[in-house]
Amino acid sequence: MSTFDFLLQGLASAMMPMNLLYALIGVTLGTLVGVLPGIGPATTVALLLPVTYQLDATGSLIMFAGIYYGGMYGGSTTSILLNTPGESASIVTALEGNKMARAGRGGPALATAAIGSFVAGLIATLALAFVAPLVVKIALSFGPRENFALMVLAFITVSSAFGNSALRGLTSLFIGLALSLVGIDQLTGQNRLSFGVPDLLDGIEVTTMAVAMFAIGETLFIAAQGAQAPDKIEAIKGSVWMTANDWSRSWKAWLRGTVIGFPIGAMPAGGAEIGTFLSYATEKKLTKHPEEFGNGAIEGVAGPEAANNASAAGTLVPLLTLGLPTSATAAIMLAGFQQYGLQPGPLLFATNPQLVWGLIASLLIANLMLLILNLPLVGLWVKLLTIPKPWLYAGILVFATLGTIGANPSVFELGMLLVFGLVAYVMRVMDFPIAPVIVGLILGPLAEQHLRRALAISQGDITTLFQSPIAAVLLALAAIALILPLILRLRGRGNVLTQMAASED
Amino acid sequence: MSVDNNKTVTEQRRPDWAALVIAAVLVIMAAVIFFDVSRLRDMGGYSQVGPATVPDWIAFALVGLAVWTVFAAFRRDFPEREKQEIKPVAWVVAGLIAQMVLIRFAGFSIATGCLFGLAAAGFGARRIWISIPIGIVICFAIYWLFAVMLQLSLPAGPLERLIH
Repeated sequence: MSTFDFLLQGLASAMMPMNLLYALIGVTLGTLVGVLPGIGPATTVALLLPVTYQLDATGSLIMFAGIYYGGMYGGSTTSILLNTPGESASIVTALEGNKMARAGRGGPALATAAIGSFVAGLIATLALAFVAPLVVKIALSFGPRENFALMVLAFITVSSAFGNSALRGLTSLFIGLALSLVGIDQLTGQNRLSFGVPDLLDGIEVTTMAVAMFAIGETLFIAAQGAQAPDKIEAIKGSVWMTANDWSRSWKAWLRGTVIGFPIGAMPAGGAEIGTFLSYATEKKLTKHPEEFGNGAIEGVAGPEAANNASAAGTLVPLLTLGLPTSATAAIMLAGFQQYGLQPGPLLFATNPQLVWGLIASLLIANLMLLILNLPLVGLWVKLLTIPKPWLYAGILVFATLGTIGANPSVFELGMLLVFGLVAYVMRVMDFPIAPVIVGLILGPLAEQHLRRALAISQGDITTLFQSPIAAVLLALAAIALILPLILRLRGRGNVLTQMAASED
Repeated sequence: MSVDNNKTVTEQRRPDWAALVIAAVLVIMAAVIFFDVSRLRDMGGYSQVGPATVPDWIAFALVGLAVWTVFAAFRRDFPEREKQEIKPVAWVVAGLIAQMVLIRFAGFSIATGCLFGLAAAGFGARRIWISIPIGIVICFAIYWLFAVMLQLSLPAGPLERLIH
């Protein structure tokens, strides 16, 4: 069957009333948390993971993907009206978007962001549908060596290639890897680092860890900033509709943003932020109105917003085809798959095609829902920003612990939540990135299994890792990703990398 | 000029204590891993690759990172930290501890309601005699929604038994 047939079948599955409902819940929740500053899509998916134990796999994965897309939409609203990006991929949008809102052009800014996100999401999801089978074909030939090399590459790019410091990124990663050792070794059945505690035999729960690291750590960090002056919300003045001039300046930026964002999301390079920065730089270079940049140029909103949604779709390529998460949200979605005993990767396309294609098709539908949800209802979302801080964060903590209590109502699990919440708080204060901990915790056991299988085949000879051409190339790329940023930082060029920091979402 | 020089030298020599603590924690983690898997070290079998191999590598890497962190601490490579207010953090932590202690016998609503009230106090709503009851009411509604409607198993206490 061709990709097209699969996609049609997927659409039929995604159009089932229950799945439509899950998609609607997902995009609504996603927009909601995207709008709220402080909690990003990664946190939301982590909060909802335990709550969805009872649902079926297709439904809850459709919901998670909806949250991911919705978070990308919602973040732009906060950036434009509040100048506080709701999630890290919207930082660039705040540059031009907030200026437009101050100049009374908030309506067109929101419109170009929403329509641009829709166009980019549509094209990128179709690209995902056509690229994924090709990657699956290549990935099916991968053995333990290639898989291990791929994970090493993901480890390096997520932890040290971008961000402020290779040292702190790698430290975060190895903390995650060390925690991933806890529990029964899957190849020999031996206990490691469980110290006789029965709760630890199964390993550290990814969901508990994700909720502690993202939701609790972030809440503690915000609490520690003390009382700050409230941000000023820009009212939407004038027409919300885009003029003919706005349209003609926006559509090329949307398409360029899509072309930039999708491949960057698909590469194991971590996060949607990089694409948005590149798109902004491109638009600034190509514009016919250079004087408007910095004062509210519509291209500066249209391009990056398209790029960030295209990257979100791009991130799903390595996640679905290789089982490789390249962003924190993708890492937690991987945990979502594992919760149902599913391992994303090339085999999933063979064993569970209706689930994979249903998920991809539901993204097309989610995209349409988001356009409807965001354009006319934007006023409703803005109201959310007026919830007083005490109730908002107290509510976030209630939901954060609800998930953990629902999954495993034990004092031990709540203690872990508190301890790792405090660890995450200290890490934030010391400027350690959080995402590598989660990626290390999730991918650590898989990488270890592949490595040990490869070494068992070669009877302990480590050079075997470099004897497969694909593995050698991947490891060489990982080495470059580790060393090049170190040289750049030594030469004082680190600012570029800091700006590209792949942070929590 | 020589005075100036001296000043910068002493400033550079004052290490970043917080970073040194982190380096120490990394070494402790490495030591725990190293000693815990020492009993598995002869399980490598013919290929000499067993359940202790990867933990040993990770422990080794953690020590390496600790050394790197010590260098960074003496060169003061860590970015300036913003001033942290401890009081609100203590309120939120108190809320989490209260929930942990109460959940066994007081049930989900009361325990989580206390978390709600104390956390809200951390963010400025200091009248906990109002916010804790509000929290308990909200959490009771959540209990009803998730435990009764969605069949999620949440621990029941005196309040929850009223509706069963």
